[in-house]
Amino acid sequence: MSTAAALAPVTPLPPDRRVGLGTWLTVFTRLLAIQGAWNYETLLGNGVGFCMEPLLRRLPGGVHGARFRDALARESTYFNAHPYFAAVAVGALARVELSDVPPALIERFRTALAGPLGSVGDRLVWAGWLPLTSLAALVAFGFGASPTTMILVFLLPYNLGHLALRAWALHVGWTRGLGVASALASPLLRQAPNQIARAASAVAGVAVPLAAARLVGGAPENLLPVLAAAAVGAILLVRVYGRRQGWTLALLLLVLFALVSVVGR
Amino acid sequence: MTELLPLALLGALFGLDVVCFPQMMFSRPLVAATLTGALVGDALTGALAGATLELIALATLPFGASRYPEWGSAAAVGGAISAALHGDRAGALTIGTLAGLATAWLGGWTLVQLRLWNAALARRMRPALDSGSRRAVIGLQLAGLTSDLVRAALVTAASFAVTFPAARWLVAHWGPSLAVSRGVTTAAACAVCGAAVWTIFHSAPGARWYFAGGVLVGFSILLAR
Repeated sequence: MSTAAALAPVTPLPPDRRVGLGTWLTVFTRLLAIQGAWNYETLLGNGVGFCMEPLLRRLPGGVHGARFRDALARESTYFNAHPYFAAVAVGALARVELSDVPPALIERFRTALAGPLGSVGDRLVWAGWLPLTSLAALVAFGFGASPTTMILVFLLPYNLGHLALRAWALHVGWTRGLGVASALASPLLRQAPNQIARAASAVAGVAVPLAAARLVGGAPENLLPVLAAAAVGAILLVRVYGRRQGWTLALLLLVLFALVSVVGR
Repeated sequence: MTELLPLALLGALFGLDVVCFPQMMFSRPLVAATLTGALVGDALTGALAGATLELIALATLPFGASRYPEWGSAAAVGGAISAALHGDRAGALTIGTLAGLATAWLGGWTLVQLRLWNAALARRMRPALDSGSRRAVIGLQLAGLTSDLVRAALVTAASFAVTFPAARWLVAHWGPSLAVSRGVTTAAACAVCGAAVWTIFHSAPGARWYFAGGVLVGFSILLAR
């Protein structure tokens, strides 16, 4: 099969290789554990094989067949991707395995998939959706929300996005197979990180003073010196960015404060 | 200390959620510290510790193979200690946050060890994995998940067992007032959060103006109260 032929729209699978709802639910549940054996040598490679395994059982000969064993060995090697976007790879690679695409082409396709699935996910989720929903919950906290409300303000929208993203990724991988690259190049995925970053910046601006006010409590005049100190501290942290991590400096500062508080009593 | 076992179990679930399963982010400090606070009997103080640790945790981006603090067990310990010491006592929130940060450091180190252990296990199972053994692939995954659960339980239990007596002593001998203690802790957390917001979002066009607009709205709300 040539690459051009492989990039043509996916053809329907034979009836004996169609996948039922139960199998999809198993695959989706396994996707939640895709990083279970994450390590510095194969990264989440074993997880990809683990998630795909129920789909590969449709190969001729079933779990005892040579096709199944070859495919599972191939799909459990080194792979790197964002854990949520790895569902694209699981869907697309399972589809090409079941579509009798030659192994050499599958391996090239697998290698080509890894890079974009990491960078898109990191920007969209770790540096976008997660901080945005977390900051929104801090706004709720600053407004005096109850602990339950605050937790729901974070968990519900975050997981709505999270689970929808995993389901979409699996679906788009499975339905597009070798042609999945076009879905990853969609304007929505390219523009969303910047839109989320702007929204998160605005929400952060609201969240920091409100959350600080609730944490400090008491008289409003206590708040201004705290926020002024925080602003100076933030500027200093930005200047040392790359050499020191903020949380380690916070740890150091609080250790010193605790020592002074007890010794200088 | 009667809470040690349930706390270790809760910390195990939070620690597992950070990387392995199901990454639904109930391990975030805002959630985890509040829930452990509730377990100890003071959800509100747990929420205060959670918000403080969350402001600091925003700076952590869990990109691939980078080493980062593990906030699940950390939040369990920080929330439990703050709640057990009662947040309205001077120093309680500071010490709870400090215990959380120390646990985050320890948890991050154990995550690295877990990944090395997983790699060693994969190397040992290489012949079976290369032959496409279904049992080996599933076994390796389950071994990794179980190890992470145990790791997080041990980190939570060990950290709480060591830091709680020390925390109780520190709070009993604490000098500064509640306002000063809360002020210093909040300023440190907000500084880390502010720097994180700048670092993560400043490259997005117009983000700094959105942030400035947000600050204006935030202060307007505070003045209107």
